[in-house]
Amino acid sequence: MDIVAVAALQLLAGVAVLALIGIGLAVVFGMMRVINLAHGEFLMLGGYAAIGGHALGLDLWVAMLAVAPLTVGAAGWLVERLLIRRLYGRMTDTLLATWGLGLLLTGGVSMAFGNTVRGVSAPLGSFAIGDFGVAVYDLVLIGAAAAVLLGVYATLRLTAAGLRARAVMQNPGMAAALGVDPARVHAATFTAGAALTGLAGALLAPMTGVVPTIGVAYVAKAFVTVIAGGASAVAGLLSASALLGGIGAAVSYVATPVLGEVALLAAALVVVRLWPRGIAGRFFGAPA
Amino acid sequence: MTAAGWGHAGVVAATAAGAAVLPEVLSLYATINATSFVVLAILALSLGLVWGFGGIVCFGQTAFFGIGGYAYAVAAINFGDSTLAAPVAALAAAAFALVLGWVMFYGRVGGVYVGVITLTATLILYKLVNATAGPEYAIGAARLGGANGMPATPPLNLPFDPASSLGPEASLRVALAALAVCYLAGACLLAAPFGRVAVAIRENPLRAALLGYDARPRRTLLFVVGGAMAGLAGALYAATSFVSPAMFGLGAAAQLLVWTVAGGLGTLIGPVLGAVAIQYLTLRAGELGVLDPALSRIDSNAVMGLLLIAVVIAAPRGVWPSLRRLAAGRRR
Repeated sequence: MDIVAVAALQLLAGVAVLALIGIGLAVVFGMMRVINLAHGEFLMLGGYAAIGGHALGLDLWVAMLAVAPLTVGAAGWLVERLLIRRLYGRMTDTLLATWGLGLLLTGGVSMAFGNTVRGVSAPLGSFAIGDFGVAVYDLVLIGAAAAVLLGVYATLRLTAAGLRARAVMQNPGMAAALGVDPARVHAATFTAGAALTGLAGALLAPMTGVVPTIGVAYVAKAFVTVIAGGASAVAGLLSASALLGGIGAAVSYVATPVLGEVALLAAALVVVRLWPRGIAGRFFGAPA
Repeated sequence: MTAAGWGHAGVVAATAAGAAVLPEVLSLYATINATSFVVLAILALSLGLVWGFGGIVCFGQTAFFGIGGYAYAVAAINFGDSTLAAPVAALAAAAFALVLGWVMFYGRVGGVYVGVITLTATLILYKLVNATAGPEYAIGAARLGGANGMPATPPLNLPFDPASSLGPEASLRVALAALAVCYLAGACLLAAPFGRVAVAIRENPLRAALLGYDARPRRTLLFVVGGAMAGLAGALYAATSFVSPAMFGLGAAAQLLVWTVAGGLGTLIGPVLGAVAIQYLTLRAGELGVLDPALSRIDSNAVMGLLLIAVVIAAPRGVWPSLRRLAAGRRR
C-alpha cells in the first residue's frame, strides 16, 4: 500500500514539474501565438536569479518566490520591447530570433558565471510513508503547480485584465476599436509569461541545480507539452501535463529516466498526429 | 539556356574547378577543414531545399544528418567496405524522414509546428544515442559508444576495394562531387512539375489544394529527398571525421539554421554559400583566440545567437537574396 502512495506522489510530482515548466510558454503561446524558443533559457535565468539571490544572503523562499519572477519578468519585458515587438505575425522569424536569444543567453551566462553546476539543497527535508522517505519539497512543487494554474485561470476568467487579454487574443482589431491597446496587452502578457517562467525555473533549481545549458533539457519537454495541449493556456496544459507526465513518470519507473523522457516526447508526437489542434482543441471548446 | 540554367552551370563549373585546384594548393589541415565545410554545405543545401522551396520549417534536419552518420559508421564497420555504406546511410535517413513526414503531413500538422516536432525528434535521438554507452549497445561489430560516439569510423575507399582507402585530397574531391550532384538533383527536381507544385504549395497550400494538388504526398516526398541528402552528408561527415551524439544536438541544429537562413531561403546556392562562409569565419575567429586570450573567452553560442538575431532583424530574406536584389536594383 505504501509503495502505491509513494508512486502516486512521484507521478503527481512529475505532472507538476511538467506543468510548471510549461505554464509560461502556454500563456505566451496560447494568448499571443508567439512561440518563444528562449523559454528554456528563461527557466535557466530564473534558477540563476534564485540561487544568486540566496548566495547574496536573501532567504531562499524570498529569492525563489519574489526575486526570480521579478528578474525574469523584467528581462521578458525588455525582450518584448527590443525583439518580439518587431516580429508579430511572423511566426517563423519569431522562432528564429528567440532561438538566437536563447543561444545568446546561454553564452552570456556561461561567460558571466562559468560553465559549472551551482545548486542549493532542497529545503524542508523529508517525511516517511511506511518504509519510504518522501521529500517534502515534492509536495511544495505539487502545491505550487496547482496554485500557479489556478492563479492563471482565475486571472484570465475573473479579472478585467484577463478579460482584456482574452479579447485581444480573439480579435485584436475589435479590441483596439473598443479602446484596448493590443501592443500594451501583448507586452503585459509576455512579461507575465516570463515572470511565471522565472518562478518555475527558481522552484526547479533546488532539484536540478543550474548550468547555463540547462534550458536545453527543458525546452523540448515544455514545447511538446504546450503543443500537445493546444491553444488553451490552462486546460490544455493541465491535460497534456497529466497525460505526458504520467507516461513519462510511469516509463521512468519501470525502465530508465532516459527512456521515460523518450517515451514522453514520443507520446507527444502521437498526440499531435491524432489531434493536430491539441488535446484542448479536440476535447474542450473555448480557449482559456 | 535560361539565366537559371547558366547559374546552375556556373555552380557545377565552380565545384569542378574547386575539385581540380583546391587539393593541390591547400595544406593538409586546410584540405581537411575544406572537406568538412563542403560536407556541411550539402546538409545546408538539403535544408534549403526542404524549407526554402517546400515551405517545410524543418528545425531538426540534423536528425537525418546524424542517422546518416551513424548508419554509415555501423554499416561500414560491419561490411568492412564503405561502398554500400553510403547508400545505406542515405536510405536509413530517407526511411526516418518518410515515417516522420507521414506522421506530420498526413496528420495535417503545418507551419511552425513542423519546426517544433522535427526539433523534438532530433532531441529524442540525441538523448537515445547519448544513453548507448556500454558493450550491450552494439550493432554487429559496431559499438555505439554513448556520449563519446564512435571515434574510429572507416574512411571512404575505392568502390569494392576496402584495401585502398581515400586520402584527404581524394575525400575533398568526393565531397565536392557529392555537393555538385546534390545541387543538380535539387535544381532538376525544382525545374520539374513536381518542384513547381511544391513551390505553389509553399505559397498557398489551400489554393494549391483547390487546384487539385494534394499537398500531403508531395510534402512527404520532398521531405524524404531532403532527408536522404542530409543522410548522405552525414555519411560523408562520418567518413571524414567521426560520429557523436553532437550531430543530433541543439548546437548543430542551430548552426545549420544560421547558415541556411543567413545564406538565403528560397535559393539553392544561398545555404551552400552561407554554410561555407560562416564556417570559414568561425574558424578564423577561433584562431584569433590563439593570438589574444581575451577573445577566446567569448562564447561561440553567444556569437551564433547574435548572428541569428541580426539576420532575422536586418536581412530576413538572407544575405544572398538581399545582395541579388541590391545588384538588380542598381542595374535598373
